[in-house]
Amino acid sequence: MTGRVDRSHMPEPGRVPPTRFPVVRTGRLSNGLALKTVEHPGPPVVTFRLTMPVGSASDPEHAHGLAALTADLLDEGSIERTALELHAALDRIGARLGTEVGADSTSVTLTTVVRHALQGAGLLAEIVGKPRFDASDVGRVRDLRRSRVRQLRAVSSAVADRIFLGTLFPGHPYGHLGIGTDTSLASLTPAQVTAFHRDAYQLELATLIGVGALTHEEIGDVAERTFGALPVRPPAAEAVVAPAVLDAAGPPSARLVLVDRPAAVQSELRVGHVAVARATPDYHALQVLNVVLGGQFVSRLNQRLREEKGYTYGVRTGFDYRRAPGPFAMQGSVQADATVECVQEVLSQMAVIGGDCPVTLAELEMARAALTRGFAQGFETAGQVARGVASLVLHELPASYYDTFVPEVEAVDVDDVTAAAAAHLRAGEAVAVIVGPADQLMSDLPALGLGDPVRVDP
Amino acid sequence: MLDFLKYTLDNGLDVIVHEDHRCPIAAVNLWYHVGSKNERPGRTGLAHLFEHLMFEGSAHHDSGYFAPLQKAGASLNGSTNCDRTNYWEVVPTNALELALWLESDRLGYLLPALTSAKFENQREVVLNERRQSYENRPYGLALMALMSALFPSDHPYHWTTIGHAEDIRAATLEDAHAFFQTYYHPGNASLTVAGDVDTEPVLELVRRHFEEIPAGSPVPAVVTGAESQRNPTPAAVDTRLLLEDRVELPRLYLAWRSPRLFSDGDADMDLLAELLAGGKTSRLYRTLVYERRLATDVSAAQGSREIDGWFCLIATAAPGIELMELEQVIVEELAALADTGPSEAELQRGLTQVEVQFVYRLQTVGGFNGRSDQLNAYNVYAGDPGFMARDRARYRSTTAERVRGAVRQLHEPGRIALSVVPDGAVERALPGSRPAVVS
Repeated sequence: MTGRVDRSHMPEPGRVPPTRFPVVRTGRLSNGLALKTVEHPGPPVVTFRLTMPVGSASDPEHAHGLAALTADLLDEGSIERTALELHAALDRIGARLGTEVGADSTSVTLTTVVRHALQGAGLLAEIVGKPRFDASDVGRVRDLRRSRVRQLRAVSSAVADRIFLGTLFPGHPYGHLGIGTDTSLASLTPAQVTAFHRDAYQLELATLIGVGALTHEEIGDVAERTFGALPVRPPAAEAVVAPAVLDAAGPPSARLVLVDRPAAVQSELRVGHVAVARATPDYHALQVLNVVLGGQFVSRLNQRLREEKGYTYGVRTGFDYRRAPGPFAMQGSVQADATVECVQEVLSQMAVIGGDCPVTLAELEMARAALTRGFAQGFETAGQVARGVASLVLHELPASYYDTFVPEVEAVDVDDVTAAAAAHLRAGEAVAVIVGPADQLMSDLPALGLGDPVRVDP
Repeated sequence: MLDFLKYTLDNGLDVIVHEDHRCPIAAVNLWYHVGSKNERPGRTGLAHLFEHLMFEGSAHHDSGYFAPLQKAGASLNGSTNCDRTNYWEVVPTNALELALWLESDRLGYLLPALTSAKFENQREVVLNERRQSYENRPYGLALMALMSALFPSDHPYHWTTIGHAEDIRAATLEDAHAFFQTYYHPGNASLTVAGDVDTEPVLELVRRHFEEIPAGSPVPAVVTGAESQRNPTPAAVDTRLLLEDRVELPRLYLAWRSPRLFSDGDADMDLLAELLAGGKTSRLYRTLVYERRLATDVSAAQGSREIDGWFCLIATAAPGIELMELEQVIVEELAALADTGPSEAELQRGLTQVEVQFVYRLQTVGGFNGRSDQLNAYNVYAGDPGFMARDRARYRSTTAERVRGAVRQLHEPGRIALSVVPDGAVERALPGSRPAVVS
């Protein structure tokens, strides 16, 4: 029989099994479109992802929401088929279609079973390359998005996100949410959508990524037969935001913003500031720093505010790495009567981790381990792998990036983290956005030392 | 469809091992066959609150459960619903023993470490979870109103898993201890280990960690009150309810009692939901959102649960549209489908969606809805981890006539119509609605 386990010591995990990111084969179709393929054995599933370096930062100043509206309209019919005919075709092969519009990029992804790979990729090419943009469809989808904007006014977290970005990036291409505002959406026309598609959805800077239970050759053959005859041209200058414009974020428009949500039982919080671009040489040190500060369950802020105080279901922090400096933010929803204490705790923890209370050796080891040892499970599905490859493309990272990630993180030491915190976390300049019950909060807010709150409607 | 080995320890613990060597990770997934259906009125929310306490340390590791696992590169979580509570870790294979050590310690030795300080802290966390996910979220209380109207007050699905706030406040450390002793023992649990592992060494590891834990007493039967027993079929009246909420657009919920999980008609109802509101070519999306533009969204679901089911249609009114208009179109569409049944192409579309969903579900070994979670679900609910093939067969054997039968059931009396309207706009509810009671 089996012996009893020793409960006086927890077992120490042995050597982490070696793991490598799958081989990404890079090539071009006959028309010049960049192609990246990955063989991903397993369930008979294939994902095609077309990714382009144009996103909501390319929205014209008075047309916020244009990039996302255009992406939303891609599957509302093509030159060849109406919206319902197109969706009937997608449904016949059980395809899942998704569009993602970020600040810097747009991706359109189609997943299907491998026996329908050719039809799936063909539909993706049709959706991206030949959208219909009938005036009636544009009006319908625009109205749906306006309704969505209206609904989001009642969602604390969405209100906080919108106000936080607007406060951090006044007048800057990163200062709005992709969905836009009711006013901006109301003004958008079918002609603008058609023009944006013509200017932005050009394939010279795009990459087609194919990942699935097929060989490189099979994926490449499907890609050639579906995307190989499309014209490959550069996007128009209007659709590309000049790097100098992106790099020129000015000061925030306020330090403390209060959005009244009468009688709300919790306050939704965003605390942070403009931080760093993805290209920062401190990237790995910042990843370690964030894990310690608020990036996982066992982090200083979550332990304090949830596990010690019970003020919240959970809080987290993160650097939003973009092509140009993006936000660092703490976010969470906390019980209303603990609002001020929670903001103070966040500002305090942001300050001390780069100074009086640097990460300990134990915290450092925990954070490095969490980042490196869980690496393999992030690339289990074809969709995850395709997303990982897209990230390499968008940020122009070397093919070896994922294989050097583990040693890079393991090389980070306490001094690196402290220096990165001192350089990139600026508690003294942080902005706090609070969406909560103003009549309960107003009298306590001066304790934050952030001046009079700017009151904003949701 | 999924290769596995099932073995039951002497203490009653079901152990299932599934090998998949593509990725160097191991998934540990542990189900306890207890959920909010096992609670009693006055102590609702206890099963979920208890789940939180399972992460606060056990006798031989009396500190947070997350720390050693996150340090090993694990992801982990747990969840509670009306029927079961599940816990999982996904670890690099070298940390499998650590995960089993910790899981077995909190099953075998939780109570010595369960203090009132931990209990009170997690009670506050749960109250904040309730505020965040239900009270302060638009439409967040709708499900509570529906469940309490669909099921009599002594039916175990009358309350939702998060529970009533006053019950959570009233719960005691003694309640938690008693709950653990009643429900957390090997005979009421199912453990699946899946991933880049070999079956024999895994069984050896599991035996070493779990065999010493004594078998518990059989779990008491779920208490279904006199009213529910007297009246197991839906109440033969339609009910109209309204709820005022901090929302911008009114939303209509239509709900019916329906077949329970894996029972006759369950798969037909599930397929019906797909035909009505799955994707843009579905009947209700096409009519309500695409053609007539009366709604901003529409969804349908068959809630297949262990001792009962419910079927729900949800549609949000477009600006300027009243819920009466939505209700009328939905009723017409249901009548049309009941009249003629689905077309062959429509049925095929629905079946294709179901088929590919079975394939997509195979992509992850761990976590919520991964293969390890599915094996445990089939084991707990059907007594056979290999039930997936029969689960699929249920759909393959359906016919247009059966779907027609399913939609006809929605014409029987017993429908709940819940109107969620903006604060102060009571007149925008369906006529004749009375206020729903939620807390």
